[in-house]
Amino acid sequence: MAEVDESSKPLFAGLSDVSISEDIPVEGEISVPVDSPTQDDEYSTLDEPVKETILRDLKAVGKKFVHVLYPKKSTALLRDWDLWGPLLLCVTLALMLQRSSVDSKEDGGPQFAEVFVLIWFGSVVITLNSKLLGGTISFFQSLCVLGYCILPLTVAMIICRLVLLGSEGIVSFIIRFIVVIVSFGWSTFASTAFLADSQPPNRKALVVYPIFLFYFVISWMILTFAPSSSSSTKTVGH
Amino acid sequence: MNDRTKMATPHDLSFQEFEEAAELLSANPDASTHSTARLENVNVGMNLEDDEDAQEETEMLTQQKKNLKFWSFEYYQSFFNIDTFQVLDRIKGSVLPLPGRSFVKHHLRNNPDLYGPFWICATLALIMAISGNVSTFLNESGDSNYHYSPQFHKVTVACVIIYCYAWLVPLGLWGFLQWRTNQSRSLSNYSFLETVSTYGYSLFIYIPAAVLCVIPEGWVHWLIFLLATVVSGSVLIFTFWPILSDDTRVAALSTMAAIIVLNVLLAVCCKVTFTYLFFFLKIPSCCKVKLLNFFFFSLSVLFLSNNPAATAITNDRRLCSEPHNCHS
Repeated sequence: MAEVDESSKPLFAGLSDVSISEDIPVEGEISVPVDSPTQDDEYSTLDEPVKETILRDLKAVGKKFVHVLYPKKSTALLRDWDLWGPLLLCVTLALMLQRSSVDSKEDGGPQFAEVFVLIWFGSVVITLNSKLLGGTISFFQSLCVLGYCILPLTVAMIICRLVLLGSEGIVSFIIRFIVVIVSFGWSTFASTAFLADSQPPNRKALVVYPIFLFYFVISWMILTFAPSSSSSTKTVGH
Repeated sequence: MNDRTKMATPHDLSFQEFEEAAELLSANPDASTHSTARLENVNVGMNLEDDEDAQEETEMLTQQKKNLKFWSFEYYQSFFNIDTFQVLDRIKGSVLPLPGRSFVKHHLRNNPDLYGPFWICATLALIMAISGNVSTFLNESGDSNYHYSPQFHKVTVACVIIYCYAWLVPLGLWGFLQWRTNQSRSLSNYSFLETVSTYGYSLFIYIPAAVLCVIPEGWVHWLIFLLATVVSGSVLIFTFWPILSDDTRVAALSTMAAIIVLNVLLAVCCKVTFTYLFFFLKIPSCCKVKLLNFFFFSLSVLFLSNNPAATAITNDRRLCSEPHNCHS
């Protein structure tokens, strides 16, 4: 190493004497190319047909759904986050969970607004919790992941409603129970697969527990969903 | 003199400075006591050194906390500076209270956190609502007229009760103790965060109690809640008695009584919220009013023990120095 230094010394020694003057021709283009090759085929999205705009976003949402259904440790969900998917899922779930009867105030089931607020407020609280514990994930990325991972539970809700259309006895309860348990496990596993890497290793359980609680509450709401019966029975209430 | 040099072999301490000091000491055993104290410390055990290290660490931590502004995110991050095993250790300490072991000194160790209180309260509210729901369902499932309903508004009621207990009561207690500390120099006080942490972790025992209350028997509920109240109350007692005992006897006893009463009230409220059906329907509405009155009475006991006239007068041993005599 010392030899290299010694041999390089005479090489670089003369550089300090060199000064760039106007005599030395400077070659090359100084102007920055302004994306000229891409300008031809990328027109502004104002001109494209509406169908393409919507399809593009829907495809992005659909791709993320596939990522949730087959959770691998990929960063696609985290990189291109969007909140369309969570909104869609949240609205679907809340619509299906709400009571449809007029005299539902005695039944005590969740209303649309309650489910909506629960999902979004719960996601915000969990995100804040993970950030306070030192997570490196950003706020909206976490919201995105938590919202998308509600997909298995929404599917379970659809299945439960279909099962309830058939019968309401103990068999349907067992089927619903199994479906909800499986989708709850799937949701929790999918969200922790995406979120757990951003946490310091000795606090992973502290971050996973609120997520577990969040999906547990939603699963409980799905499991205890009972369609309002037409006959006015003595309902439990104050 | 020779024994001293034999006890601690200077060569074990691999610093050169110590060797010099030890050589000087062996040369002149009556030298300054600093070096002898240090050498003796090594033999006495590691406890003292650990305490010193811990003290330095905590001083650094508190200084760091003081340097942060309350509008910065890092300020709130400092309340969540906790690892999984620490949380589990604190939960274990709250479930198994041992006399003489203050929760604050033994488990919190100058690193109070808000993670435990917040999530324990949230879990407790949810578990109570769910368990009450399941309990009434199991109780009424034989009744053909019973139509199951999830009763989700119970969650909000439970949330309000539990969060008020876990956050407002420590605020009141800390404020009261702070006032007492300002009055007399001999007292010391825990910080607000430590009080909140203690109360939050003391609520953990109610979670398994709530799960066990699925069993639809009235006496089982009362037994379980009695046990939970005893455990939770003893955590609070063992933590707060050391600092209360420095106070005048009356103030100490009445504060401790207020702590216990509020804890019992919480248990009663939980029980009432739970078995909403076959408890609340059976007691007439006048009893609800009585419960409220009892709650306010206990609050007034707490505030009257703060009464400066009462505490100033306890030294003179007048009759009305004990507030409950006044109110009988």
